[in-house]
Amino acid sequence: MNPVLRTVLQRLGLGIATLFVVSIIISLTIEMLPGDFAKAILGQSATPETVAAFQREVGLDRSPVVRYVEWVGGIVRGDFGESYASAGSLAGHRRLVSEMIAPRLLNTLFLAGAAAMIAVPLSLFLGIMAALYRNSYFDRAVNVVSLTSISSPEFFLAYILIMFLAVKFPIFVSLASITPGMSLGDRLYAIMLPTLTLVLVIVAHMMRMTRAAIINLLASPYIEMSRLKGVKPLQIILRHALPNAWAPIANVIALNLAYLVVGVVVVEVVFTYPGIGQLMVDAVSKRDLPVVQGCALVFAATYILLNLLADVVTIVSNPRLLHPR
Amino acid sequence: MTDSAHIPPQGSLVAAQAPSRRRGKASRLWRDLRKAPASAWFGLIVIAVYVFTSIFAPLLAPYSETELVGGAFDPWGGQFLLGTDQLGRDMLSRLIYGARNTVGIAFLTTMLSFVLGGALGLMAAISGGWIDQMLSRTVDVLMSIPQLIFALVLLSILGPSVLNLIVIMAVLDATRVFRLSRSVAQGVVVMDYVEAARLRGEKLPWIMRREILPNIMPPLVAEFGLRFCFVFLTISALSFLGLGIQPPTADWGSMVRDNAALITYGDITPLLPAGAIALLTVSVNFVVDWFLHKTSGLRE
Repeated sequence: MNPVLRTVLQRLGLGIATLFVVSIIISLTIEMLPGDFAKAILGQSATPETVAAFQREVGLDRSPVVRYVEWVGGIVRGDFGESYASAGSLAGHRRLVSEMIAPRLLNTLFLAGAAAMIAVPLSLFLGIMAALYRNSYFDRAVNVVSLTSISSPEFFLAYILIMFLAVKFPIFVSLASITPGMSLGDRLYAIMLPTLTLVLVIVAHMMRMTRAAIINLLASPYIEMSRLKGVKPLQIILRHALPNAWAPIANVIALNLAYLVVGVVVVEVVFTYPGIGQLMVDAVSKRDLPVVQGCALVFAATYILLNLLADVVTIVSNPRLLHPR
Repeated sequence: MTDSAHIPPQGSLVAAQAPSRRRGKASRLWRDLRKAPASAWFGLIVIAVYVFTSIFAPLLAPYSETELVGGAFDPWGGQFLLGTDQLGRDMLSRLIYGARNTVGIAFLTTMLSFVLGGALGLMAAISGGWIDQMLSRTVDVLMSIPQLIFALVLLSILGPSVLNLIVIMAVLDATRVFRLSRSVAQGVVVMDYVEAARLRGEKLPWIMRREILPNIMPPLVAEFGLRFCFVFLTISALSFLGLGIQPPTADWGSMVRDNAALITYGDITPLLPAGAIALLTVSVNFVVDWFLHKTSGLRE
């Protein structure tokens, strides 16, 4: 078999295995529940009968293996279970976790996608420029700014942006509320500030890696050769250095897109954006476990998928693997 | 951390450093510091100020961290230098106590994660075999879930409290420490003097502490700085989300959240605790940069 295909398939199998183990962990964490959990959900006034009924309804009385198989079997069919907010209550309506997650997942992907669309070209451009004019004032300024934005908490960047771009100079809106009927332009305008925050968070890392990957190559003999031939510096970087730098750059881009998945939680809360991150935070404070588990699985799956993609890109862009002797 | 740095070096790997150690620790430190770049000095001074503030918080703060001393959202100046928060507690006092609570908890968590992850990492590297396999595969799986997400799942099950927060974050972060300490220790484990120690019948803890640890200290110390930043940022994020350090404890993350409404009136008060977090992480990064540069043997 083609070695590239074999390595990619190996990684794919490893990714699926990881996802399987992760689903077991997420499902098993419920075993660590303290005994008074039903009381915490139902309130202190819950009678022993209500507590028992609640535990039967959410399946806490069955063995973990049975519960896991049921849970995973449901997820494969797109059924993430029911929210505790409806279970055990007298109200007749039930809230399916999948119905809560689906629209919010789309919103989150929209936000993360918009951030990635801006951040990836911008960081490539800045990284190439910093490598071209290395050790100049431009390089140092970009370096300090990126180090600062890496070290700052997301909510600090978010509130600084709100302060300047929504309050002092009201260009954008600070509440990123989007509704189903909005046009694409309106949506993009509404999510401008959260997008910018995410861009600031991930550009720094990607840009530093792009710069490092290119500068790393500039010491190679073939670059020296083209320099002696009299090729212009920009041409050297674009035509000679960049093609060989793609693997580490693509890798760090995929890792940062995976990081977006996590960074999005805090940013969504700051801008009260109706995404999956905010859903998860709400569910954690209400201790609504099915929703927490569903969200965690979606986050973990995205994270594993993007890491897998990073691996595959690294393998595929490696010429030594593509052209075996 | 510093305790083990005092252990005199043993074996051939560090023999080259031995003469400089005899010159006395204080003068050597001072010589290094004089050559340190401005960014490292800046970082060290900021860290010193934070440590001083957190130790002497009760003496420095004009009011207590929980006492209601004024109206809600009093402006800056006058009786309250930085105004009051949403309940009428003095903002400056809470900022000062926050240095003790937020930084203290993050430091404790990092210490715990290093003790746990470092010990297991060294054990895996020395023992090898199935112990190594078991620990490494467990860590692989734990690391495939984003840390913040995993922390959220565990917090929703165990409920938010400071103790739960410290334990959860320490265990999750120990996975990273495990990876690093295992990989750097593997280079040392194959050395002859470790084999000699084993042959003369030393027990595992002795080999870990006396043979391996002194030789892998520099990368671990640098990693400590970086892990501290990460833990500090994650705990602040969790507190900001209302799931970390619980009120009425003064904590920078939740202070930002509680006073965030002021931003819409153009008041920068909520930015102060957030800035305090950012300033400390930037400073630690500067110092770690310098330390890495110094210990990696690179000279300009």
